[in-house]
Amino acid sequence: MDIYSLVNAITLWVVPGLILFALLYASYRRVKVFDTFVEGAKEGFNMSIRLIPFLVGMIVAIGLFRESGAMELLSRLFIPILNIIGMPPDLLPLAVMRPVSGSSALAITTEIMNTYGPDSLIGRMAATMQGSTDTTLFVLTVYFGAVGIKKTRYALNVGLLADAAGLITAVLVCRVVFS
Amino acid sequence: MVNLLWAGMIVSAIIIAGINGNIGTVTQTIFSSAEKAVGIAFSLISIMTFWLGIMKVIEKSGFINVVIFFLKPLAYWLFPGVPRNHQAMNAMLMNMSANLLGMGNAATPFGIKAMDELQKLNPHPDTATDDMCTFLAINTASLTLIPTTIIAIRTATGAQNPTDIIGTTIVATLCSTMTAVFCDRIYRRYNLWKNNSRNL
Repeated sequence: MDIYSLVNAITLWVVPGLILFALLYASYRRVKVFDTFVEGAKEGFNMSIRLIPFLVGMIVAIGLFRESGAMELLSRLFIPILNIIGMPPDLLPLAVMRPVSGSSALAITTEIMNTYGPDSLIGRMAATMQGSTDTTLFVLTVYFGAVGIKKTRYALNVGLLADAAGLITAVLVCRVVFS
Repeated sequence: MVNLLWAGMIVSAIIIAGINGNIGTVTQTIFSSAEKAVGIAFSLISIMTFWLGIMKVIEKSGFINVVIFFLKPLAYWLFPGVPRNHQAMNAMLMNMSANLLGMGNAATPFGIKAMDELQKLNPHPDTATDDMCTFLAINTASLTLIPTTIIAIRTATGAQNPTDIIGTTIVATLCSTMTAVFCDRIYRRYNLWKNNSRNL
């Protein structure tokens, strides 16, 4: 089995598989599955509404950045570097924002999918980039801040290196699997 | 940082639009983009509602204990400085399992609890220990099986098969997590941080 069909099989099975296991296991443990489902599902509305300010702020900013021609200028500057890993210049703002702010990066990802279509290569790259790492700065601030650690030693370096690895892999893997 | 990036994007866009002579597009783009944003948020409601329901079932059933069972050997190897039955180990296992299942909201409280417990093992309360750095490294790389929010957004923007990025995401997140663990080990072994300590 080659890598493509393996990745494809995982993709097809993960969600139905998780739902199947979750419901079987919960029923076996005598959890009232539907009541519990409804209890959790109530949060869905609030969670989506809470995203609106992030989405409006970032989608407007990226929209302006692209329509004004600023994106084109920026990508012309970085094209030599981007070409090495085959990253489309439109992903540059996402790559910069990803370690800094999760909700903002999510909004940029949304904008890219909305503009180029979620099934385009660049849309899938953005989705993979978004899902491949967490927001390094947020995690560091919250976790170290919670216990009053001031000297964080090498944690930031490792976090950013991991982010870079995730982003580059996302671009390369999407190229192999989706084109 | 976010503030700077956000303002930078808008300010440079307006200036460049002015130089290029298409300042008219600015107002137009603001209105159309804002409308798009709200539309997407509304189409998110449907799929988010379903997922959060399923997540609650997973949470209540204690399914997380199954995941913890498989993660234990890995956690013992990753955190040699933490006693196996210590509260810190338990909290870190809960945190890692919640992340793996895509329950980001549940993972954060466990993570903070873990830091609290790790702090009790810390001889210098203002400086991070090796195990804290490792724990942070794992968390920033966030090994996730199912990127719930991305799938929801792909659904909202009309993807034909919203889940088809799961495979590529798992590969990418594995790479970032392995990089985090690898770099962490290098730093630990050679104590590279000594000339490189930073204040957050």
